[in-house]
Amino acid sequence: MAQRRAIGHAGWGRTIAAAIVAAIYFLPVLIIIMYAFQGRNDILSISARSLGDYLESIFSFTPTLSNFENVFFRANIIQAGEGAAQATETDFPLYFLNSVGIAGISVILALVIGTLAAYGFARFPLRGNDTYMFIILTTRMLPPIVVTIPIFIMFQVTGLAGEYPGIIALYTAFNLAFTVWMMKSFFEELSPDVEDAARMDGSSETRVFFKICLPQVKAGMAATAVFGLILTWNELFFALLLTSNETRTIPPAMVRTLGGEVGADYGLLAAIVTLFLVPVLVVTFVLQNQLLRGVTFGTIKK
Amino acid sequence: MSDIKLVDLTKRFGELAAVSKANIEVAAGEVLCLLGPSGCGKTTTLRMIAGLESVTEGDVWIAGKRVNDLSPAQRNIAMVFQFYALYPSLTVAENLAYPLHAERLPPAEIKARVDRVARVLQLESVMDRIPGRLAEGEKQRVAVGRAIVRDPTCFLFDEPLSRLDVALRQQMRGQIKEVLSGLDKATVIVTHDQIEALTMADRIAVMRDGIVEQVDTPHGIFARPANLFVAGFIGTPQMNLLPARLIHYADGLGRFAVMGQELTVPVDPAVGRLNGTGAVTLGIRPRGFEPVAAEGADTLKAVIDIIEPMGAETLVHAVESGTDLRVVFDHLVPVAPGEPIRVRIRPGQLHVFDEKGTRVHSA
Repeated sequence: MAQRRAIGHAGWGRTIAAAIVAAIYFLPVLIIIMYAFQGRNDILSISARSLGDYLESIFSFTPTLSNFENVFFRANIIQAGEGAAQATETDFPLYFLNSVGIAGISVILALVIGTLAAYGFARFPLRGNDTYMFIILTTRMLPPIVVTIPIFIMFQVTGLAGEYPGIIALYTAFNLAFTVWMMKSFFEELSPDVEDAARMDGSSETRVFFKICLPQVKAGMAATAVFGLILTWNELFFALLLTSNETRTIPPAMVRTLGGEVGADYGLLAAIVTLFLVPVLVVTFVLQNQLLRGVTFGTIKK
Repeated sequence: MSDIKLVDLTKRFGELAAVSKANIEVAAGEVLCLLGPSGCGKTTTLRMIAGLESVTEGDVWIAGKRVNDLSPAQRNIAMVFQFYALYPSLTVAENLAYPLHAERLPPAEIKARVDRVARVLQLESVMDRIPGRLAEGEKQRVAVGRAIVRDPTCFLFDEPLSRLDVALRQQMRGQIKEVLSGLDKATVIVTHDQIEALTMADRIAVMRDGIVEQVDTPHGIFARPANLFVAGFIGTPQMNLLPARLIHYADGLGRFAVMGQELTVPVDPAVGRLNGTGAVTLGIRPRGFEPVAAEGADTLKAVIDIIEPMGAETLVHAVESGTDLRVVFDHLVPVAPGEPIRVRIRPGQLHVFDEKGTRVHSA
C-alpha cells in the first residue's frame, strides 16, 4: 500500500529557501508581464545601472492596457503611429488560433500514433526492437538546424511549405519520438499478468488494450501531451521557416515585433508573451494532478 | 466432462528445457497441485495449460479437446494469478463482471451472478472500491471471485496464497477448498509451499528441473516418496537421508553399515535385488524413530549436538561418525546436548533408495 506522508513538515528554513529559488525562476516571467502593462515611455525609461535601480524602475509605471489593445486592434496600432509599421501586419487572433490548432492537432496525432506504437514496442517486441527504439530517438538527437535545408527543400518540393498539413506533420513527427519513448516506459510499468488475466477472461487484444491498458496509462498520456504541447507551442525555428502569413504561429509573430523602423516594440512583445503564456498555464493547471501522477509514475505505485 | 490431460508436454526456451515430457491427468472435480522449488517449471506448465505460453512439443487436452492452438480466450479457463492481476482501473464489481462480458449475458444476469459471488466471498461492502484500496485478503477474494463468476472448463491457480500472512493463508486455504468442492471442475494449483499442497490437493505432482518426479495423493507422496528428491523435499523437518552400504539381505531382513554401525532391520523384499551392489541411501523421517534403553541389532546410537524445542515435540540434532541425524522426540523425553541417544526405527518408516536415488519397493 502506498504510504501518504503529510506535507508541510519541511521546516521554515527550507520552505523559505525553496520560495527564494522559485522566485528567482519566476522573476523573468514576472518582469516581462510587468512590461506588458507599461507604456512606451515607461519602458524606455527603465534603467539598468544596478539591480536595485532596475527593480525600482520596473515597478514604477502607470499601468496601461494599450499594449494589449495593440495586439488585437490593428486600427489602434496605426493610430499609435511611430514604430508600428511592422506591427500592423500581425494578425494576432489568427496566429493564436494557428498556434492552438497546430499544436493541438499535432500533439493529439502524435499521442494516438505514439501510444499505439509504444504499446506494440512494449508488448509485442520485434526482432531488433531496441534498434528501432534507438532510431526513433536519433530523430531528436541532432540539433534541428542540421536538417533545416533538406527539410525546407522537401517541403518546397511537396508544396507543404506554408501549409497547415506541412507544419502539423513536422510537429507530429517531432512529438512522436518522445511520445513513443515516454508511453513505452509507462506501458512497461504495467503488470503483464493483468493483460493475461483479461485474455483468459475472454478479451480480444483490442479490448485488452482499450479496456485494461489504456485506462492505466491515462496519467502518463496527460503528462506526455503537456510536454508535447509546451514543446510545440514554443517552437520558433521551423515555424519561422515553414509557415506563411496565413499559417503563422505566435512565436514567429513575436519575432516580427522586434524589427521595425523605429526599433523594437517591447510593450507589444510583452503583451503577446503574456497572452501566449495563458493557454499553457491553463492546460498545466487543469492537468496538474494527472501530470504529477504521470511524471512520478512507478515511483508511488507498488 | 471437464478434465485436463497433459501428454508429453514439453517447453523449451532455446536450449533450456523448462518442462520435459510432463504427463499429468486431472479428473473433473479433482484438485491437483504442482509442487516444486522455484524454477522447476511448474508455472510454465500452468501457463501452457492456460494458453499464455506456447507448447514446444506434446499436447494439452481440456474437456476431451486438444487445445494447443487455441488462444487463452478460446479455452474458457479461469485463472487466479499470483499477484491477483486485478484490473486496476475497474471497481471490484466491474472486476467481477469483466469475464461475463465475453459471454454476452444480459445485464440482469450479470448482476445476479456478480452479487452471488460477492455474497459467497463476503465482498459486498467493497464493491465500489478499486483494487488499490483493498486489503491483501480482499484482493485475494476478488481474484477468486473473478474466476468462479463464470462457468469455465477448469480452474488454474498460480501461487494463490503466497502474498497472504499466515493467519489469512489458513483461512483462505479453507475457503478456496470449500468453493472448489462445490464445482465439478478440474483444478490445477501451482505452489512451492508443501503445506498448501498437502492440505488442498487431491493429488500432488512434484516437479524438479522441468521433470515430473512423482504424481500421487498427498499421503502417497509423503509415505511412499518415489526418489531421493521427493523424499527430501516433502516433510518438515526434512527426512534423514543416510549414506549406507547394504551388507546383505535375507528373509525380509536387511543388514546395513550406516553411521559407523551395523543395523539389521526389516525391509521390503525388493531390497533383495540390491544384494552385492553396495551403496544405498536409507531414508527415515525424524518422527520415525522411538527412543530405546538397550542397544540392539536394530538400534542406532548418536551423540546429541543441538536441541530445538518445538512445543509438543523436541527436534534433536545428533551426530555419529560424521553423519547428522535428525530425530523428533516427544517433549517429555529428557534430552541434553552431549548426551548419547539410542533409537529404533519404527515399523514401515524405513525407505531404501538405490544408487540412482530411486526408492526400492515391491509393486
